[in-house]
Amino acid sequence: MVLLEFCEWLAGTAWSIALHESLYMYPLVESTHVLALCLFVGTLVIVDLRLLGVVFRRVPVSEVNARTLPWTVTGFVVMVVTGLLLFYAIPVRTYQSIWFRAKVVLLVVAGINAWLLHRRVSRDRASWDRAAVPPKAARVSAAVSLSVWAGVIVMGRMIAYNWFDCDHQPQSDFVNWAAGCVITLSEAP
Amino acid sequence: MTLLEAFDWLETTGLGAAIRNSTWLFPAVEAVHLIALASLGGAVFALDLRLLGFGLRSQPVAEVAGNVRLWFAVSLGAMFATGVPLFVSEAVKCYWSTSFWVKMSALATATVFVLCVRNPIARAQADHAAERAWTNRLVGAVSLGLWFTVAAAGRWIGFS
Repeated sequence: MVLLEFCEWLAGTAWSIALHESLYMYPLVESTHVLALCLFVGTLVIVDLRLLGVVFRRVPVSEVNARTLPWTVTGFVVMVVTGLLLFYAIPVRTYQSIWFRAKVVLLVVAGINAWLLHRRVSRDRASWDRAAVPPKAARVSAAVSLSVWAGVIVMGRMIAYNWFDCDHQPQSDFVNWAAGCVITLSEAP
Repeated sequence: MTLLEAFDWLETTGLGAAIRNSTWLFPAVEAVHLIALASLGGAVFALDLRLLGFGLRSQPVAEVAGNVRLWFAVSLGAMFATGVPLFVSEAVKCYWSTSFWVKMSALATATVFVLCVRNPIARAQADHAAERAWTNRLVGAVSLGLWFTVAAAGRWIGFS
Protein backbone atom coordinates (compact mmCIF):
# COMPACT_ATOMS: atom_id res chain seq x y z
CA MET A 1 0.00 0.00 0.00
CA VAL A 2 2.86 2.33 0.85
CA LEU A 3 4.45 1.55 -2.51
CA LEU A 4 1.15 2.13 -4.32
CA GLU A 5 0.79 5.52 -2.63
CA PHE A 6 4.36 6.35 -3.58
CA CYS A 7 3.59 5.42 -7.22
CA GLU A 8 0.44 7.55 -7.13
CA TRP A 9 2.48 10.47 -5.83
CA LEU A 10 5.12 9.85 -8.57
CA ALA A 11 2.39 9.84 -11.24
CA GLY A 12 1.29 13.30 -10.11
CA THR A 13 4.69 14.93 -10.48
CA ALA A 14 5.09 17.32 -13.39
CA TRP A 15 8.00 15.46 -15.03
CA SER A 16 6.15 12.15 -14.95
CA ILE A 17 3.14 13.68 -16.70
CA ALA A 18 5.40 15.48 -19.19
CA LEU A 19 7.24 12.25 -20.08
CA HIS A 20 4.00 10.27 -20.30
CA GLU A 21 2.34 12.78 -22.59
CA SER A 22 5.37 13.69 -24.71
CA LEU A 23 5.14 12.94 -28.41
CA TYR A 24 8.79 11.94 -28.94
CA MET A 25 10.57 11.63 -25.58
CA TYR A 26 8.70 8.54 -24.40
CA PRO A 27 9.18 6.59 -27.68
CA LEU A 28 12.85 7.69 -27.74
CA VAL A 29 13.47 6.47 -24.17
CA GLU A 30 11.58 3.27 -24.95
CA SER A 31 13.60 2.67 -28.15
CA THR A 32 16.87 3.32 -26.31
CA HIS A 33 15.76 0.75 -23.72
CA VAL A 34 15.12 -1.82 -26.48
CA LEU A 35 18.28 -1.10 -28.48
CA ALA A 36 20.51 -1.15 -25.38
CA LEU A 37 19.27 -4.73 -25.06
CA CYS A 38 21.59 -5.62 -27.96
CA LEU A 39 24.56 -4.23 -26.04
CA PHE A 40 23.61 -5.52 -22.58
CA VAL A 41 22.14 -8.97 -23.27
CA GLY A 42 24.14 -9.31 -26.49
CA THR A 43 27.51 -9.02 -24.77
CA LEU A 44 26.20 -11.19 -21.91
CA VAL A 45 25.46 -13.86 -24.53
CA ILE A 46 29.16 -13.69 -25.56
CA VAL A 47 30.25 -14.42 -21.96
CA ASP A 48 27.61 -17.11 -21.40
CA LEU A 49 28.32 -18.89 -24.69
CA ARG A 50 32.01 -18.98 -23.70
CA LEU A 51 31.07 -20.50 -20.33
CA LEU A 52 28.97 -23.10 -22.19
CA GLY A 53 32.00 -23.91 -24.35
CA VAL A 54 30.22 -22.89 -27.56
CA VAL A 55 32.38 -19.96 -28.75
CA PHE A 56 35.95 -18.71 -28.19
CA ARG A 57 36.96 -22.10 -26.78
CA ARG A 58 40.65 -21.23 -27.25
CA VAL A 59 40.38 -17.95 -25.30
CA PRO A 60 40.65 -18.07 -21.47
CA VAL A 61 37.31 -17.40 -19.74
CA SER A 62 38.95 -14.65 -17.68
CA GLU A 63 40.07 -12.87 -20.85
CA VAL A 64 36.63 -13.06 -22.50
CA ASN A 65 35.14 -11.65 -19.28
CA ALA A 66 37.70 -8.84 -18.93
CA ARG A 67 37.34 -7.76 -22.56
CA THR A 68 33.55 -8.07 -22.71
CA LEU A 69 31.97 -7.31 -19.32
CA PRO A 70 32.80 -3.55 -19.33
CA TRP A 71 30.47 -3.31 -22.39
CA THR A 72 27.85 -5.37 -20.57
CA VAL A 73 28.01 -3.01 -17.57
CA THR A 74 27.70 0.01 -19.90
CA GLY A 75 24.63 -1.56 -21.49
CA PHE A 76 23.22 -2.39 -18.06
CA VAL A 77 23.55 1.22 -16.89
CA VAL A 78 21.65 2.42 -20.00
CA MET A 79 18.98 -0.25 -19.37
CA VAL A 80 18.55 0.82 -15.73
CA VAL A 81 18.43 4.57 -16.46
CA THR A 82 15.95 4.23 -19.36
CA GLY A 83 14.01 1.56 -17.45
CA LEU A 84 13.58 3.83 -14.42
CA LEU A 85 12.45 6.65 -16.73
CA LEU A 86 9.86 4.34 -18.34
CA PHE A 87 8.58 3.37 -14.89
CA TYR A 88 8.55 7.03 -13.84
CA ALA A 89 6.41 7.93 -16.87
CA ILE A 90 3.70 5.35 -16.02
CA PRO A 91 4.20 4.42 -12.34
CA VAL A 92 0.83 3.14 -11.09
CA ARG A 93 -0.09 0.97 -14.07
CA THR A 94 3.43 -0.47 -14.23
CA TYR A 95 3.53 -1.17 -10.49
CA GLN A 96 0.22 -3.03 -10.81
CA SER A 97 1.31 -5.01 -13.90
CA ILE A 98 1.77 -8.75 -13.32
CA TRP A 99 4.35 -8.71 -16.14
CA PHE A 100 6.38 -6.00 -14.47
CA ARG A 101 6.22 -7.86 -11.15
CA ALA A 102 7.31 -11.12 -12.80
CA LYS A 103 10.12 -9.20 -14.49
CA VAL A 104 11.35 -7.84 -11.15
CA VAL A 105 11.33 -11.38 -9.69
CA LEU A 106 13.35 -12.65 -12.67
CA LEU A 107 15.79 -9.72 -12.31
CA VAL A 108 16.37 -10.76 -8.69
CA VAL A 109 16.91 -14.39 -9.81
CA ALA A 110 19.40 -13.18 -12.46
CA GLY A 111 21.21 -11.16 -9.79
CA ILE A 112 21.45 -14.11 -7.40
CA ASN A 113 22.68 -16.34 -10.23
CA ALA A 114 25.38 -13.80 -11.18
CA TRP A 115 26.39 -13.47 -7.53
CA LEU A 116 26.65 -17.27 -7.15
CA LEU A 117 28.74 -17.49 -10.34
CA HIS A 118 31.04 -14.80 -9.02
CA ARG A 119 31.35 -16.02 -5.43
CA ARG A 120 31.05 -19.81 -5.72
CA VAL A 121 31.47 -21.18 -9.23
CA SER A 122 34.40 -18.94 -10.15
CA ARG A 123 36.36 -19.64 -6.96
CA ASP A 124 38.41 -22.37 -8.66
CA ARG A 125 38.33 -20.73 -12.09
CA ALA A 126 42.12 -20.78 -12.38
CA SER A 127 41.91 -24.58 -12.81
CA TRP A 128 39.46 -24.39 -15.75
CA ASP A 129 40.13 -20.91 -17.15
CA ARG A 130 41.64 -22.36 -20.33
CA ALA A 131 39.31 -25.36 -20.63
CA ALA A 132 37.48 -25.49 -23.98
CA VAL A 133 34.36 -26.56 -22.09
CA PRO A 134 34.17 -25.29 -18.47
CA PRO A 135 32.86 -27.57 -15.66
CA LYS A 136 29.18 -28.33 -15.24
CA ALA A 137 28.55 -25.75 -12.50
CA ALA A 138 29.75 -22.96 -14.81
CA ARG A 139 27.69 -24.28 -17.72
CA VAL A 140 24.57 -24.53 -15.56
CA SER A 141 25.14 -20.96 -14.40
CA ALA A 142 25.45 -19.74 -18.01
CA ALA A 143 22.33 -21.67 -19.08
CA VAL A 144 20.36 -20.21 -16.15
CA SER A 145 21.62 -16.73 -17.06
CA LEU A 146 20.55 -17.05 -20.73
CA SER A 147 17.13 -18.49 -19.79
CA VAL A 148 16.38 -15.92 -17.09
CA TRP A 149 17.39 -12.96 -19.27
CA ALA A 150 15.25 -14.34 -22.11
CA GLY A 151 12.41 -14.44 -19.57
CA VAL A 152 13.13 -10.84 -18.55
CA ILE A 153 12.88 -9.80 -22.23
CA VAL A 154 9.53 -11.58 -22.64
CA MET A 155 8.06 -10.12 -19.43
CA GLY A 156 9.32 -6.66 -20.32
CA ARG A 157 7.69 -6.80 -23.75
CA MET A 158 4.39 -7.96 -22.26
CA ILE A 159 4.13 -4.93 -19.94
CA ALA A 160 2.87 -3.06 -23.02
CA TYR A 161 -0.28 -5.22 -23.16
CA ASN A 162 -3.24 -4.42 -20.92
CA TRP A 163 -5.01 -7.82 -20.76
CA PHE A 164 -4.47 -8.10 -17.01
CA ASP A 165 -4.63 -4.44 -16.02
CA CYS A 166 -6.47 -3.60 -12.81
CA ASP A 167 -8.92 -1.34 -14.69
CA HIS A 168 -9.91 -4.30 -16.91
CA GLN A 169 -12.27 -6.01 -14.47
CA PRO A 170 -13.43 -8.65 -13.93
CA GLN A 171 -10.10 -10.46 -13.55
CA SER A 172 -9.45 -13.74 -11.78
CA ASP A 173 -8.69 -13.60 -8.06
CA PHE A 174 -5.14 -14.69 -8.85
CA VAL A 175 -4.53 -11.78 -11.23
CA ASN A 176 -6.02 -9.28 -8.81
CA TRP A 177 -3.86 -10.65 -6.03
CA ALA A 178 -0.66 -10.85 -8.12
CA ALA A 179 -1.17 -7.37 -9.56
CA GLY A 180 -2.16 -5.89 -6.20
CA CYS A 181 -5.40 -4.49 -7.63
CA VAL A 182 -7.57 -2.45 -5.28
CA ILE A 183 -11.13 -3.61 -6.04
CA THR A 184 -13.87 -1.08 -5.38
CA LEU A 185 -17.38 -2.19 -4.43
CA SER A 186 -18.82 -1.38 -7.85
CA GLU A 187 -16.24 -3.64 -9.54
CA ALA A 188 -16.66 -6.56 -7.14
CA PRO A 189 -18.23 -9.60 -8.79
CA MET B 1 -0.73 -7.59 -59.25
CA THR B 2 0.71 -4.51 -57.61
CA LEU B 3 2.92 -4.70 -54.54
CA LEU B 4 0.12 -3.34 -52.38
CA GLU B 5 -2.25 -6.05 -53.67
CA ALA B 6 0.39 -8.66 -52.91
CA PHE B 7 0.78 -7.34 -49.35
CA ASP B 8 -3.00 -7.28 -49.00
CA TRP B 9 -3.14 -10.91 -50.12
CA LEU B 10 -0.42 -11.88 -47.59
CA GLU B 11 -2.67 -10.70 -44.78
CA THR B 12 -5.44 -13.03 -45.96
CA THR B 13 -3.20 -16.13 -45.88
CA GLY B 14 -3.72 -18.63 -43.08
CA LEU B 15 -0.58 -17.46 -41.26
CA GLY B 16 -1.49 -13.78 -41.44
CA ALA B 17 -5.09 -14.34 -40.37
CA ALA B 18 -4.12 -16.72 -37.54
CA ILE B 19 -1.80 -14.15 -35.96
CA ARG B 20 -4.24 -11.28 -36.43
CA ASN B 21 -7.15 -13.22 -34.96
CA SER B 22 -5.19 -14.31 -31.91
CA THR B 23 -4.66 -12.19 -28.81
CA TRP B 24 -1.44 -13.93 -27.82
CA LEU B 25 0.27 -14.93 -31.03
CA PHE B 26 1.60 -11.54 -32.14
CA PRO B 27 3.08 -10.61 -28.71
CA ALA B 28 4.53 -14.12 -28.31
CA VAL B 29 6.23 -14.14 -31.72
CA GLU B 30 7.41 -10.59 -31.14
CA ALA B 31 8.96 -11.53 -27.78
CA VAL B 32 10.97 -14.31 -29.48
CA HIS B 33 11.92 -11.77 -32.19
CA LEU B 34 13.37 -9.60 -29.37
CA ILE B 35 15.30 -12.50 -27.81
CA ALA B 36 16.80 -13.22 -31.25
CA LEU B 37 17.63 -9.51 -31.55
CA ALA B 38 19.66 -9.65 -28.34
CA SER B 39 21.50 -12.76 -29.56
CA LEU B 40 22.15 -11.19 -32.97
CA GLY B 41 23.41 -8.08 -31.17
CA GLY B 42 25.96 -10.24 -29.35
CA ALA B 43 27.22 -11.81 -32.58
CA VAL B 44 27.47 -8.39 -34.28
CA PHE B 45 29.17 -6.71 -31.31
CA ALA B 46 31.68 -9.55 -30.83
CA LEU B 47 33.19 -9.05 -34.30
CA ASP B 48 32.52 -5.32 -34.83
CA LEU B 49 34.03 -4.32 -31.47
CA ARG B 50 37.09 -6.38 -32.40
CA LEU B 51 37.28 -4.61 -35.78
CA LEU B 52 37.05 -1.25 -33.99
CA GLY B 53 40.02 -2.23 -31.80
CA PHE B 54 38.10 -3.25 -28.67
CA GLY B 55 36.86 -6.62 -27.44
CA LEU B 56 39.07 -9.70 -27.87
CA ARG B 57 42.14 -7.85 -29.16
CA SER B 58 44.50 -10.74 -28.39
CA GLN B 59 42.73 -12.86 -31.00
CA PRO B 60 43.31 -12.50 -34.75
CA VAL B 61 40.32 -10.94 -36.53
CA ALA B 62 39.77 -14.14 -38.55
CA GLU B 63 39.57 -16.16 -35.32
CA VAL B 64 36.82 -13.92 -33.95
CA ALA B 65 34.99 -14.00 -37.30
CA GLY B 66 35.14 -17.82 -37.35
CA ASN B 67 33.75 -18.04 -33.81
CA VAL B 68 30.71 -15.84 -34.44
CA ARG B 69 29.83 -17.22 -37.88
CA LEU B 70 27.34 -19.93 -36.87
CA TRP B 71 25.98 -17.86 -33.96
CA PHE B 72 25.30 -14.93 -36.33
CA ALA B 73 23.61 -17.19 -38.90
CA VAL B 74 21.38 -18.89 -36.31
CA SER B 75 20.37 -15.52 -34.78
CA LEU B 76 19.61 -13.97 -38.18
CA GLY B 77 17.64 -17.10 -39.11
CA ALA B 78 15.59 -16.76 -35.92
CA MET B 79 14.97 -13.09 -36.74
CA PHE B 80 13.62 -14.08 -40.17
CA ALA B 81 11.59 -16.99 -38.82
CA THR B 82 9.81 -14.66 -36.37
CA GLY B 83 9.93 -11.47 -38.44
CA VAL B 84 8.18 -12.90 -41.51
CA PRO B 85 5.04 -13.98 -39.57
CA LEU B 86 4.92 -10.55 -37.85
CA PHE B 87 5.13 -8.85 -41.26
CA VAL B 88 2.57 -11.13 -42.91
CA SER B 89 0.04 -10.37 -40.15
CA GLU B 90 0.17 -6.61 -40.83
CA ALA B 91 1.62 -6.34 -44.34
CA VAL B 92 -0.64 -3.47 -45.46
CA LYS B 93 0.30 -1.38 -42.41
CA CYS B 94 3.95 -2.07 -43.24
CA TYR B 95 3.40 -1.03 -46.87
CA TRP B 96 2.43 2.47 -45.71
CA SER B 97 5.14 2.65 -43.00
CA THR B 98 8.30 4.62 -43.85
CA SER B 99 10.08 2.87 -40.95
CA PHE B 100 9.36 -0.52 -42.53
CA TRP B 101 10.98 0.43 -45.84
CA VAL B 102 13.95 2.08 -44.08
CA LYS B 103 14.40 -1.10 -42.07
CA MET B 104 14.16 -3.42 -45.08
CA SER B 105 16.60 -1.30 -47.12
CA ALA B 106 19.06 -1.21 -44.21
CA LEU B 107 18.58 -4.96 -43.62
CA ALA B 108 19.33 -5.80 -47.24
CA THR B 109 22.37 -3.47 -47.24
CA ALA B 110 23.63 -4.80 -43.88
CA THR B 111 23.28 -8.45 -44.93
CA VAL B 112 25.09 -7.91 -48.23
CA PHE B 113 27.77 -5.79 -46.53
CA VAL B 114 28.40 -8.44 -43.85
CA LEU B 115 28.51 -11.38 -46.25
CA CYS B 116 30.38 -9.72 -49.14
CA VAL B 117 32.60 -7.10 -47.47
CA ARG B 118 33.01 -7.46 -43.71
CA ASN B 119 33.37 -11.24 -43.39
CA PRO B 120 35.80 -11.73 -46.33
CA ILE B 121 37.97 -8.86 -45.03
CA ALA B 122 37.88 -10.31 -41.50
CA ARG B 123 38.64 -13.87 -42.62
CA ALA B 124 41.70 -12.68 -44.56
CA GLN B 125 43.37 -11.52 -41.33
CA ALA B 126 44.49 -14.87 -39.94
CA ASP B 127 47.20 -13.39 -37.70
CA HIS B 128 48.11 -10.05 -36.16
CA ALA B 129 50.69 -9.34 -38.88
CA ALA B 130 47.88 -9.31 -41.47
CA GLU B 131 45.80 -6.82 -39.48
CA ARG B 132 44.56 -3.73 -41.33
CA ALA B 133 43.62 -1.43 -38.47
CA TRP B 134 42.07 1.48 -40.38
CA THR B 135 40.15 -0.67 -42.86
CA ASN B 136 38.82 -2.63 -39.88
CA ARG B 137 37.70 0.49 -38.04
CA LEU B 138 35.80 1.69 -41.10
CA VAL B 139 34.23 -1.72 -41.74
CA GLY B 140 33.25 -2.15 -38.07
CA ALA B 141 31.71 1.31 -37.90
CA VAL B 142 29.71 0.81 -41.11
CA SER B 143 28.45 -2.59 -39.92
CA LEU B 144 27.40 -1.27 -36.49
CA GLY B 145 25.73 1.76 -38.13
CA LEU B 146 23.77 -0.42 -40.55
CA TRP B 147 22.57 -2.86 -37.86
CA PHE B 148 21.68 0.02 -35.58
CA THR B 149 19.52 1.46 -38.37
CA VAL B 150 17.82 -1.93 -38.85
CA ALA B 151 17.02 -2.22 -35.12
CA ALA B 152 15.96 1.41 -34.61
CA ALA B 153 13.75 1.55 -37.72
CA GLY B 154 12.34 -1.85 -36.75
CA ARG B 155 11.30 -0.56 -33.34
CA TRP B 156 9.80 2.52 -34.96
CA ILE B 157 7.41 0.39 -37.08
CA GLY B 158 5.52 -0.22 -33.84
CA PHE B 159 5.01 3.48 -33.17
CA SER B 160 3.17 4.18 -36.43
